[in-house]
Amino acid sequence: MPTDLRSNFRPGLWDDNPGLVQLLGLCPLLAVTTTFVNGLGLGIATIGVLACSNVLVSATRRWIRDEIRIPIYVLIIASLVTCTELLFKAWFPGLDRSLGIFIPLIVTNCAIVARAEVFASRNPVLSSLADGVGMGTGFMLLLVAIGMFRELVGQASLFSRLDMLFGGEPMQGLVLVDGGWLLAVLPPGAFFSLALAVALKSAIDRKRAIARRDAMPSRLRAGVRD
Amino acid sequence: MSDSVVKNGVTLAAIAAICTALVATTYHLTKDRIAANEQAFLEQKLAPVLSGITFEGSISESKRVIEAPHDLPGREDALIYRVYSDSEPVAALFAVTAPDGYAGPVRILLGIDVNGTVTGLRILEHRETPGLGDKIEESKSDWVYQFNGKSLGNPDVDEWYIRRDGGEFDQLSGASVTPRAVINAVRETLLYFETHREQVFAIDENDDTP
Repeated sequence: MPTDLRSNFRPGLWDDNPGLVQLLGLCPLLAVTTTFVNGLGLGIATIGVLACSNVLVSATRRWIRDEIRIPIYVLIIASLVTCTELLFKAWFPGLDRSLGIFIPLIVTNCAIVARAEVFASRNPVLSSLADGVGMGTGFMLLLVAIGMFRELVGQASLFSRLDMLFGGEPMQGLVLVDGGWLLAVLPPGAFFSLALAVALKSAIDRKRAIARRDAMPSRLRAGVRD
Repeated sequence: MSDSVVKNGVTLAAIAAICTALVATTYHLTKDRIAANEQAFLEQKLAPVLSGITFEGSISESKRVIEAPHDLPGREDALIYRVYSDSEPVAALFAVTAPDGYAGPVRILLGIDVNGTVTGLRILEHRETPGLGDKIEESKSDWVYQFNGKSLGNPDVDEWYIRRDGGEFDQLSGASVTPRAVINAVRETLLYFETHREQVFAIDENDDTP
């Protein structure tokens, strides 16, 4: 990947993660992350919609006047989401039943319209694609992480019902013990898990910043000596 | 000014047409697959509810829609799948709605053989609390199996309640609203079957039933 594309792809993963930093798309994030497979399924759907909408918005940006850009984003995103829903119904019917209303609700994920407005409408197609995939991947990783955490704590299992995505017999996944701490699967658990994730990210960032600051003077000194 | 209005209008119309074309194409490409999936899902749900009763042809072809309002539970249309063997009725499957679940209506599928004995119960759709009310799903607990082989005489009709309400049937620990809603719907469906048996199995002239 050329460097400039990588620089478009990277921010969504960590520094500008739509869920962790921008706190966008919280409705699906909190609602569907009860299991790993739900998080992964919705994450894939979101990547698809976000990447396609970024490409379309970027490709049409020269013809679209400012006054009508929002209705056009809405049209594009709504059509893409409808197509995604149909594709899920056709190829992943189990997952579609499990995610239910949250596939059509991708349309209300503000992360998507935000990327259209902030990035795709003023950047070339390839960069917009990289940005969409990056942001989508960041969002998916967060969905998956929270899904795994809630499944592990709430049901004491991991990777249950992967068959909904990959086909085959219904599977229980790795069951560690019977039952779990129910709260994690209930709505409050979603908020707690997200809060933990945000706190963890801040802690890691702070640690890194301190490490960088400590490393700086010696490097500067080294530079001077040369 | 008016020039820009026209231009914007044309752009909007063009984009709308493209988007519509995109959705229409996807719809056409996926239509058959989606219909097949729904059919498969239904048959897959229907077969276990019959607990081994054999039948001829496709169950879903003997479908009858009972439009609301009706005497069955729920405010939505009810579905009845009739099962025949050599044109003799053997069982009927009722897809009805228990309106009073904890988090909304619970759609159930109840199999009843021609003598009024329950051959199976499954939950088609629900929004009950994960870990509590969702134990009505057969993948989560064997709660639904307790109805197999029961009928209105066994136990008696006023025993068709959960234990907490003085009946014969188990509730779920931590959840009584959900089982109560389901059991009410089951009892009402059995009562309906008892009084409407002839109509349920009657073959309509204008139906495409066997």
